[in-house]
Amino acid sequence: MENEKHHIVPYRTYVFILIALLACTFISVGITTIELGELTVTGALLLASIKSFLVLTYFMHLKYDKPYIKIMVAFVFVLFVAVIVITFFDYLFR
Amino acid sequence: MSQVIHHEDHYDAEGSKIGMWLFIFTELLLFGGLFLIYSVYRYRNQDAFHLAAEELDRTIGTINTVILLISSMTIAMSTTALQKGQKKITLLLMVTTVVLGIVFLVNKYFEWGLKFEHGIFPGSEHMKTTMSQGEILFFGLYFVMTGLHALHIIIGLILILVAYVRITNGTVHANRPSLLENAGLYWHLVDLIWIFLFPLFYLIH
Repeated sequence: MENEKHHIVPYRTYVFILIALLACTFISVGITTIELGELTVTGALLLASIKSFLVLTYFMHLKYDKPYIKIMVAFVFVLFVAVIVITFFDYLFR
Repeated sequence: MSQVIHHEDHYDAEGSKIGMWLFIFTELLLFGGLFLIYSVYRYRNQDAFHLAAEELDRTIGTINTVILLISSMTIAMSTTALQKGQKKITLLLMVTTVVLGIVFLVNKYFEWGLKFEHGIFPGSEHMKTTMSQGEILFFGLYFVMTGLHALHIIIGLILILVAYVRITNGTVHANRPSLLENAGLYWHLVDLIWIFLFPLFYLIH
């Protein structure tokens, strides 16, 4: 069997990522309590994107996966963003 | 002759990983569609969405976020433990994940229960008489999206329990960890969706 050796991620990597994720969560709770108007939405979504990037890269092992899996995942997210953008073009300029 | 035996014992780690990812893509687009609906309705009913979001308890939302993030770490660690051959730690981490998942659901149960007590549930008379169309849309989306998410938590828990049984009886081990890895991927998907649900429903006022 050509079972290439799995990359074993050390425990401490996961602990660091968890700390980063928790920090992002508390920052987003913090910034949404103060009134920043439109910036609140942008800030919260930006932090959520950072969090999802960390989850995908480390928890879901994409960092250690072959490039074609990363490309496929990126494609799905690009597709989703494209659908959002196109939908809003419709609603904004109708 | 040995070929026949090998055939029955077919194991393809990469194949099952791709299969899992393809399935996850469909799940992402399923929730993606709901997020699209949310963003359009929010754009068209901004004031009502602000007002309705005030009803949600951000403390319970934050607690559930923390619970889910920790459970994501423990299930990720369980794969490491399995690959290192530490069976006991693997099982312990999986049990921790399951317990955290159940705690999440219990919180959700009380959160929904409180909404029901206040007359907020799909099709309630209270909502029809006192709320604007936009607020009703907000709560409709809230129940559908968190409900579908909770359903995914339950499926994730079942998957982890199946992996638990397979590890105990030795059919999932350090050299064939795919089932645990895929259960983990599914659990992280649930986490990933919550990462966006939480700010959109609880935080943005």
